[in-house]
Amino acid sequence: MAYVAIADRDHEQHLHDPQTFIEKYIWSQDHKVIAIQYGVTAIFVGVIAMILSVMMRLQLGFPDSFSLINPENYYQFVTMHGMIMVIYLLTALFLGGFGNYLIPLMCGSRDMVFPFMNMLSYWVYLLSVIILLVSLFVPGGATGAGWTLYPPQAISDGTPGESLGIVLMLASLGVFIIAFTMGGLNYVTTVLQARCRGMTLMRMPLSVWGIFVATILGLLAFPALLVSAIMMLLDKLAHTSFFMPAMISAGEQLEHTGGSPILFQHLFWFFGHPEVYIVALPAFGIVSDVLATHARKNIFGYRMMVWAILAIGGLSFIVWAHHMYVSGMNPYFGFFFATTTLIIAVPTALKVYNWVLTLWQGNIHLRVPMLFAIGFIFTFIHGGLTGIFLGNVVIDLPLSDTYFVVAHFHMVMGVSPVLVVFAAIYHWYPKMTGRMFNETLGKWHFWMTLLGTYSIYLPMHYLGFQGVPRRYFAMGNTDFLPESAQALNASITISAIFVALTQLIFFYNMITSLRNGKKADSNPWGATTLEWQTPDTPPKHGNWGHDLPEVHRWAYDYSVPGQEQDFVPQNVPASEVPVGRDHGVHH
Amino acid sequence: MSEAAMTNTGGVLPGGLGGVTSDFSADKQSFHVPWGKAMMWIFLLSDTFIFSCFLISYMTVRMSTADPWPLPSEVFALSFGGDPIPLILIAIMTFVLITSSGTMALAVNMGYRKDRNKTFWLMVATAALGATFVGMQAFEWTKLIVDEGVRPWGNPMGAAQFGSSFFMITGFHGMHVSAGVIYLLWVAFRVKNGFYEKRGGNYEIVEIAGLYWHFVDLVWVFIFAFFYLW
Ligand code: HEM
Ligand SMILES: [Cu+2]
Repeated sequence: MAYVAIADRDHEQHLHDPQTFIEKYIWSQDHKVIAIQYGVTAIFVGVIAMILSVMMRLQLGFPDSFSLINPENYYQFVTMHGMIMVIYLLTALFLGGFGNYLIPLMCGSRDMVFPFMNMLSYWVYLLSVIILLVSLFVPGGATGAGWTLYPPQAISDGTPGESLGIVLMLASLGVFIIAFTMGGLNYVTTVLQARCRGMTLMRMPLSVWGIFVATILGLLAFPALLVSAIMMLLDKLAHTSFFMPAMISAGEQLEHTGGSPILFQHLFWFFGHPEVYIVALPAFGIVSDVLATHARKNIFGYRMMVWAILAIGGLSFIVWAHHMYVSGMNPYFGFFFATTTLIIAVPTALKVYNWVLTLWQGNIHLRVPMLFAIGFIFTFIHGGLTGIFLGNVVIDLPLSDTYFVVAHFHMVMGVSPVLVVFAAIYHWYPKMTGRMFNETLGKWHFWMTLLGTYSIYLPMHYLGFQGVPRRYFAMGNTDFLPESAQALNASITISAIFVALTQLIFFYNMITSLRNGKKADSNPWGATTLEWQTPDTPPKHGNWGHDLPEVHRWAYDYSVPGQEQDFVPQNVPASEVPVGRDHGVHH
Repeated sequence: MSEAAMTNTGGVLPGGLGGVTSDFSADKQSFHVPWGKAMMWIFLLSDTFIFSCFLISYMTVRMSTADPWPLPSEVFALSFGGDPIPLILIAIMTFVLITSSGTMALAVNMGYRKDRNKTFWLMVATAALGATFVGMQAFEWTKLIVDEGVRPWGNPMGAAQFGSSFFMITGFHGMHVSAGVIYLLWVAFRVKNGFYEKRGGNYEIVEIAGLYWHFVDLVWVFIFAFFYLW
């Protein structure tokens, strides 16, 4: 009755083999199929969010020429755009998508530990997406409270979607959190308990580390969002006053009394700041592996990179109120949270140095995934630096709620993670599909996206200095702004349309390469990690054929001297290739 | 840690800090426990954050409200003919729940001894105590709603947040207990009908269900301390 670890089990014992099409591709329990379901759904809603942003930009750039949307719609679009991008696209794609695909393959497991629950996770996620999309079409429309959903306005008269929209939004978030929890428990347990023989924690590729720690953050941060969603639903539906103070609206005393709106902000940002790292840490991890592989170098300072991920993860829970400097909270809090915010910059900067030092004297292959990874280093440094400004109370006070903030968070958590998403899709496309993509189209996609986004967001910093407010439908009576601000706005809009259209190249490339792409080798980039060593490409159900792999070294043996190949995969025994820089301790 | 889980480590585990390091630098698994148990621990950690958020929010609104907070010892008093006894029902409920933790612990023990019959009955007893708890909670809610006129949005005794927090927190906890009752019964019947016997006779699942049950009890202690006693 002893407990049998996965590596010691027979293949037949714990995997049932799906036979029918439906079992294989619809109600599939295979982590790779679930990953692709997550990925496709997330990208689908992401496209909707992108279309919403273009609508907003058309209004901002050419306020007099288009009458597509009115101020109410504008608020709804801002809200839906922000919420979808952060939660339903990036969180779902990094954890549900790449987490699902990479964890078992990179750890040398056959699947997640509880495949049925993993499958449920996807279907519940789909349900949350459906509820979200339904909210766009109910009477009153989607909520227009901003992605931060601050009460009292989120549930008060005068905010678009304050009746049904907000209720569906909160319900959808609740359902999303259930879905995330079912998936997240699987990811964490699989990493902790179901690695293959020889795969110690300190031999895991950084992608797995990033996804693993991000998932833990999610499991501890989403509870705050869930609780605030429940309380706001009660405020709305059961007329409680958790977040609602006594208020007079349109000359009438409202029935609410004695609640605390600031409480919501604390709960929201206790979730909201770790959420930034939920999308950033997987990106950090993935980018490390892509850089090492395509620069043919071991990642610089592997141990430091792991500790930095852990440190950032821990610190991310004590910086939340840097989003609340102007909320009227106790000013002494500002001092504390500014300090912690600057401290978290240290491990973050360390990671950036290590990426750059990985490239130093590397044998750099500027393939498409590598281009996106290097692009990420630029945009992330850029967004990180403006973050240091905003982390300081006195500098944040005049800049908060201006376009400077919009520019900052788009650089750091919009553009940067999305560039890594592209890097990752290009990097693993050969493994997932068994085909190569079109390299030339990929390069066009990269350069147009990178230059396009810079021409969107660089000018926004300047607009922010000028005082252009965030979440405004039109400039209104803002006489202090020079005429040229509008010209800049028009140019930003043109760039935004350009970037949006550029993505068509990406979709075209991905879809046509499925059929026309060159057949891919099992390891086209010469990578060391386990997912490239599978017997089949794309890997079959169960991943490893009859025998599980056994790991003998860390994930970064590149350019090992005296070898005919310039890399040594993780599953090559030490007796065959004794050299290499193994940092793993094997008991 | 159970003996069963220890057997496959092939030797004596180093204790103390050395044990922690060797756990974490091991391959395959970082903790010598089955997947289900590891997952339950992680889930409970996440659930801890949920209840902490509820309790902290309750304390915050208790401070933010301008109206006086009703005295829990008076609101939750019952009189059996004579003078009202403060918190008597809550005290009984707490006793019932703590007792159920005891029967649960015995069930886990019997599970490891592979005594299917005793395991089954102890789990059923635990579930019955849990159901009693929920029943008494229903009685308490009814009394509050019908006799005292407490509503989520207000009550005659003072701050509206009193009722809102009460219904929200005890409701959420009560849902946990109810889910636990169903979970326990489900496992109990599988123990009885030999389901786990066919799977190599592994009764870890009893302990995993027990973890959940003890957690729900522990949360109640905090609710009792922070809501009723404060
Ligand atoms: C095609 C690329 C994108 C464009 C053109 C774009 C444009 C915009 C615009 C115009 C706003 C409203 C600004 C305002 O009125 O205050 C906005 C808000 C926002 N965007 Fe984006 N965006 C893009 C991509 C992203 C991505 C990838 C993310 C992922 C994190 C993101 C997250 C947000 C958030 C969180 C808000 C704030 C919403 C709010 O204020 O409630 N955006 N974006
Ligand atoms: Cu933050």
